[in-house]
Order: sequence, then structure tokens, then C-alpha cells
Amino acid sequence: MADIEDVKKLAALARINIPEDKLAERAAEFDRIVSYIGQLDELNIQIDTTPEASALRNVFREDGEPTPSGTWTEKLVAHFPKKEGNHLSVKKIISYD
Amino acid sequence: MTKALNELSITEAALGLQAKEFTVRELWDACASKAKEKNAELNAYLELFDADDAAIASAQKRIDSGDAPLLCGIPLAIKDNILIEGRVASAASRMLENYVAPYDATVIEKLRQTGALFLGRTNMDEFAMGSSTENSAFGPSKNPYDITRVPGGSSGGSAAAISAGIALGALGTDTGGSIRQPAAHCGLVGLKPTYGAVSRYGALALGSSLDQIGPLTKTVADSKALYDVLSGHDPRDAMSLPDGMYEASKTVEKFRIGVPRHLLEKGLDADVLENFNATLARLEEKGHTLVDVTLPTSAYSLPSYYVVMPAEASTNLARYDGMRYGHAARGDTLLDDYVLSRSQGFGEEVQRRILLGTFVLSSGYIDAYYRKAEAARDVLRREYRNAFESCDVIAFPTTPSPAFKFGEKSDPVSMYLEDIFTVTANLTGMPAISLPMGTVEREERALPTGIHFTADNGQEELLFRIGAEVTGETLY
Repeated sequence: MADIEDVKKLAALARINIPEDKLAERAAEFDRIVSYIGQLDELNIQIDTTPEASALRNVFREDGEPTPSGTWTEKLVAHFPKKEGNHLSVKKIISYD
Repeated sequence: MTKALNELSITEAALGLQAKEFTVRELWDACASKAKEKNAELNAYLELFDADDAAIASAQKRIDSGDAPLLCGIPLAIKDNILIEGRVASAASRMLENYVAPYDATVIEKLRQTGALFLGRTNMDEFAMGSSTENSAFGPSKNPYDITRVPGGSSGGSAAAISAGIALGALGTDTGGSIRQPAAHCGLVGLKPTYGAVSRYGALALGSSLDQIGPLTKTVADSKALYDVLSGHDPRDAMSLPDGMYEASKTVEKFRIGVPRHLLEKGLDADVLENFNATLARLEEKGHTLVDVTLPTSAYSLPSYYVVMPAEASTNLARYDGMRYGHAARGDTLLDDYVLSRSQGFGEEVQRRILLGTFVLSSGYIDAYYRKAEAARDVLRREYRNAFESCDVIAFPTTPSPAFKFGEKSDPVSMYLEDIFTVTANLTGMPAISLPMGTVEREERALPTGIHFTADNGQEELLFRIGAEVTGETLY
């Protein structure tokens, strides 16, 4: 069953911060949901990894340029929170100090 | 008494436009002015658009030329997770509060080509996660039948708008019942098409193996009119079905209606069940037959759904990190930027489902949850296909109860149970429709209920035909 530590760990993996004062409540809710989906335990079925005579398959397009370069640039760059020209500007990932 | 223009169905309005009883401008003004008046109370729309004079003039010209498609000049409402170029598409989330769509969704492009008009973008549960619109970051929508109750969700704004006469029809999206459940709660027709029948290019993704765009309308004829325009292959949605993938609709005059009685034994309001039985009895009187069917794995549909959907949602929503677009908070490090943007941008239910998805996909749990749920989907598909050997459509109520009160389902699991009947069609991919099934009384108010039909893949036509039998419409 899920506890506060589990929820903290999942939140860290998902890049979400849950405030300390909400953790207990969120963990309790999470536990109820997990026990609900836990009903699947009772279901006795084979897990078959070969797709069942299904017509569904992955579809790939041909390699190539689907749109001419630059078609969307202006509209997409307009959304960047911080930019230098048409370049997206983000924080440094590695520092050397 | 003749109806006010904003009260018309799409088909009625199209006939009126073609007969020159009123103009496109008059129809638009009737809907737009009523919407301005009523929206303050209902919060069905997050934004009402100004009249597009050029589009109105061009629609009128096509109608005057006598060669206009049915949807030409018809004002529609669009759910806020479908992109309209140059308009905000927020999915009712703080994360995308200021996100301006750079292009039209395929469905919008198709509607534009027919000359349809867009009244505004409608409220919803944040990122389509919910069954009441209470998870909208911009306040819930109200049910026009009783404003102390929810309109359903997640396409609740679209349903409330049509039901209140402030849109003639609307687009919604349906991942686990988000078109059909609000249709049931607002007395409308709601269609979830076959998976892949309608392109999702330009729809903000929730669960990509489940999501479909579909129509909410007042009548079955309107539902068909919208579906006929929206459907078709689109290379820009990799899961779009090639034309002719499923065999063309069977022709059925007298339906064999499968009824899984074993699913209706508990958890259903007595008067909802009465309406259901009465509707089936009327269909029998018309010469259709009822067939018992068993769908044993249906009992595990909802737990399977609440594994698959959060798994896909957590994956899809990983893209919202405050880097390129959307809410962008800034801290000391790059990691802080991600965490702050996501924690501030996403509401509680979205965060809850991201955590759940992260959990069911994590090593050590993926077999017990995600792979098990995917296996259950295969079994469900098989059970339904077997059932369709002995029947043409399968019927049950759309929801166990009529619209509930705000705050009534504050526990997440109790809210999830609202989808108990609708999720299976998303898991199997099969098309399903909800139709008005009479009302039940709660606190001296008549509240609508819905009957739900599922058909085999690609058999939307059967749903429209049985739908017309229920509503008493003539389709052709």
C-alpha cells in the first residue's frame, strides 16, 4: 500500500512538488485509488504480448520533410518564455564551479 | 409557436437558412447575444468570440448560391482542448492559460470548409480529467436543468451550452465518457466515434489509445451531420483509420439489441433503471428484439481504464515543462524550472493522475497494473465481438444516476465511478452513443437520463439508426 514516502518519490520522478501540509491527504487518496485499481489482481487472464489478431499496427510516414523548413518557426518561437533570436534560451545544465 | 433561432437544431437551422426564413447574421446574433446573457451564470464558455464578419458573409453567399453544405452558417461551440488558429486553447488549465494555437485542428479545418461558425471555446475539466467540470481551473459550468448540479464532464461546457440554447451543436472529446456522460446529464445526443475514425490532429492529448473527438447535439440527425463531416482519414494523426479499414455498415431494419443484465444488478438508481426498461420496451413494440448478452470482464473495465488512462496521461503531459510554451516559472536551477512550472501549472486532479501513471508504469508494478490492464482490453474486445455475433448493438444506461450536486463526489474514486458504463467503449475502441432516455425527479426538478448503445468498429450508422428509433426521428 502506498504511503507518504511513495508519493514523495513518485512526485519527484514526475517533476511535481507536493507541499508538506498536503502530503498526508494526497497519500491517503493515492492509497484508495491504488486499492481500487488493485481489483485487477482478481482478474485471471493471460498476459499475451503478441497483439491479438489485431488490425492495429504502428504507422510510419516516409522519411522526408513533411513541411518546408520555417513554416512554423515564427508562431512557435513566439511562445518561448526566453529567447535569443530564434533560439530557445534555457538555464545552464552543467556548471564548472 | 415557432422556436427562437438559438433554440433550433442544426438541421432545422440549415433548412431555415436555405428557405431564406432568416439570415446567417440573424442566426449568429440570436446565439451570440443569448450566450452573452446566459454565460455569466452557466460558465459554459471560457471565451465568446466576436463575430467573424468575413465568415458570416461568405456563408451567406454560399447559401444564396443554393449550393451550401448543411453546416454552412451554423454557429457551433468548440471544447477548449481543440486548436483554433489564433485562439487560446487552454484545456481549462493554468498551464496553457495563454497558449495561442498556431494552427487549426483537422476537425476545425473541416468545419471551416463547410462554412460552420465558431461561437467560442467551452469549459471542461482540466486536460479533460474529470466528470463534472469541477476540475476546470476557471470554475465549473452549471447544468441548465438545475444550476446547483454539474453538467457532467469533461465536455461539460459544450453540453451546457447546447442545452441552454447558446450553441446549436458542439465538439467534445471523449477519453472515458467525456462526450456521452455530459450528453446524458444535459438531455443531448453524444457520440464517441470508432477509435481512429476522426482525426485528433490539433487536439490536446490525454490518453492517446483512448481519445476521440465527437459531436454533442440536440438530435441524432445533427450528430450524423457533424460526424459525416468530421470523420475520414488524416495522415497527420498516425492512428487515423485508413478509409475502408472496417467493413461498411450493415443494413439493419429490425435490431437485435443486446442487454447485459448482469451489469445492471446493482449500483443503479431505481428510476434510471425504470427509464431504461421503458425505453427498451418501446423499442420492442417497434419490432426490435432484446437479446441477453454477457460481458464478464466488464466488471474490470473501470479499474483497467484507471491504469491505462493515467499511464498515457502522465506520458503525454511530460511535455509541459515550462521550457518552450505554457506556464513558465523560474527558480535557481533547471530542475527548479521544471518542478515549479508543473506544480503551479497543473491542478490537483492532473497531478494525481500523473502520479498514478508514473506509479503503474514504474518497474516492479508495470506487469501487475499496466500490462494486466492492456491484456484486459484484449479480453474485452473479444467478449464484445462475441456478443455482436448474436446482436447488432449493446444497450445500457449511460450513467447510473442523473447529474449530481457540486461537491458531492469529492472523493476521487467516487468521481471515477461516474464513468463505469462509458469507459469500455474507449478501451475496446468501439463507437458508442448516448441518447435522451426521459427524466427522473430529484428535489422537484426533472433531470435528464441517457441510454447508451455500443456497436462494432466502424458501425456508426447502426448507432444513428437505433438512435433515431429511440428519439422518433426520421433520418433519411
